[in-house]
Amino acid sequence: MAETTLPKVTVAPTAQAAGSPLTLIEVQNLSLFYGAAQALKNISLGIGERVVTALIGPSGCGKSTLLRCFNRMNDLIDNVRIQGTVKIAEQDINSRDVDVIELRKRVGMVFQKSNPFPKSIYENVAYGLRLQGINRASELDAAVEESLRQAALWEEVKDRLHTSGLGLSGGQQQRLCIARAIAIKPEIILMDEPASALDPIATTRVEELILDLKKDYTIVIVTHNMQQAARISDFTAFFYLGELIEYGTTAKIFTNPSKKQTEDYVTGRFG
Amino acid sequence: MTAATPSSGILEQKRKRFRAAQIDWASLLGTGATGFATILIVAILAVILGNIAINGVPYISWRFVSTGTATDMFDVNKAGILPMIFGTTARVILMTIFVLPMGVLTAIYLTEYARIHSPFTRVIRGAVNNLAGVPSIVFGLFGAGFFVRFIGGGMDSAFHPAGATVWGQPALLWASATLAVMTLPVVIIATEESLKAIPQGLREASLALGASKLETIIKVVLPQAVPGIMTGAILAISRAAGEVAPILFTGAAYYMADLPKSLHDQFMDLGYHVFILSTQSPNVDKTRPLLYATVLVLLCLTFILNIVAIFVRANMRKKARMLH
Repeated sequence: MAETTLPKVTVAPTAQAAGSPLTLIEVQNLSLFYGAAQALKNISLGIGERVVTALIGPSGCGKSTLLRCFNRMNDLIDNVRIQGTVKIAEQDINSRDVDVIELRKRVGMVFQKSNPFPKSIYENVAYGLRLQGINRASELDAAVEESLRQAALWEEVKDRLHTSGLGLSGGQQQRLCIARAIAIKPEIILMDEPASALDPIATTRVEELILDLKKDYTIVIVTHNMQQAARISDFTAFFYLGELIEYGTTAKIFTNPSKKQTEDYVTGRFG
Repeated sequence: MTAATPSSGILEQKRKRFRAAQIDWASLLGTGATGFATILIVAILAVILGNIAINGVPYISWRFVSTGTATDMFDVNKAGILPMIFGTTARVILMTIFVLPMGVLTAIYLTEYARIHSPFTRVIRGAVNNLAGVPSIVFGLFGAGFFVRFIGGGMDSAFHPAGATVWGQPALLWASATLAVMTLPVVIIATEESLKAIPQGLREASLALGASKLETIIKVVLPQAVPGIMTGAILAISRAAGEVAPILFTGAAYYMADLPKSLHDQFMDLGYHVFILSTQSPNVDKTRPLLYATVLVLLCLTFILNIVAIFVRANMRKKARMLH
């Protein structure tokens, strides 16, 4: 785990997520607009530390948009307006005195489409470290090996670290992207449908990896695959048309949801 | 077979034989017309190049390309064109050095920093496109007014208060700068295209790892754009090498005894020399072989400059693939 561990936050978890571990990400009354269109409507939820939280819902429900609020990736899009607050470790990440680069070092992201840089496997993993000015070979070697081991990719690539990352299979590329994200030792890893482009075997490997990573990291995962959410997450939030419909333990959401819409969705009646 | 008559009728129809193959006249016409146009173009090119080669090659000699004009610049047996080869090569290389940074920086601004739909960006884009359509003689006049008189003259009054004219006259530097302005749109557009082709996901991946925008551009975006930038350079070189109009008032000399020694000297130019040979000669018949030989050298030089740029690009591509 990173040396700069977060202060233990003792904010009471939101009512819906009662009984959850310490809240790391605290979303309060968050609304987001693309121009005139409202993509998120007054969302409030608390995401616990070192658990896997799944965001589910039909396409266009705002789950990816919410995920991208956590590392301010929405900053890249013109005409985005945000109301409400997102706090990570009690700090408002949209406040003017938060350095977005510092934020992204602490909140890593894995994208839907695996996007390794057209560089070697080694340089892909070392990229974030080099950005931080770490260039000593011994230090990089150790970090690259550790990250690739954590991403369960080391055994497959250790003999070809200096060949292109683009030469890997789809599943390997996605694990390389996970290795790249964890190399800079973030506290939170955001995953935007990380397995949606993978075959079942590669998906299983990524899911095993996620379960393994939650020992050290707080993981928020957006997924379209309900079985996947059920298999790997501890908490699940169901979104529909920009609203948070229901949030609770995954067991409750999938076996005994309190809202009709949630039940319809998780049982496959719509969406 | 069932007894039902209607269905048997349909079945019979279905059993009909395929229609016999016929000659497809429309298709033949299409192939013929497009093929003819292609052959015509190739034929025209072959006639032009063949004519120049046949009439020019006999007069190409080592002496011709390696000496200057000493006594009679219109006599093929005495004239040499080293100063023109030197001048044209120098102005093309200088132009490339000027135009690449300017064009690449502009393209980076337009694709990576500017808001796509802002009025300001639209104006710049419109200006770039219009710049590409401006006749080259207008660039020549602009260069004479802006670079030679305004910048050069300004430099003279600043550094040489005694009234000496050093920079405020047509020169290699100003001709190259004028050509750089002329080829700017080519480089901007080629670079922009290659930047746009880079997946947004790569930029996001870099930013998500804590890279600043500038770091993302330098470490991820630009290395990928290099082949496109080189394509822009190749197009710019092709356009500029044979241009005469922009350098008429900005640096090309009718005759110079020596090679240019500094950036503020004038130079002799192959393209301009072709114009001089074909219009200023006292004896047209005697000059004609020289004209052919000079044009041939101009074509070869343009070709060589292109080949060099293409090799540089191929080399960079290979390096990019081999990784670091």
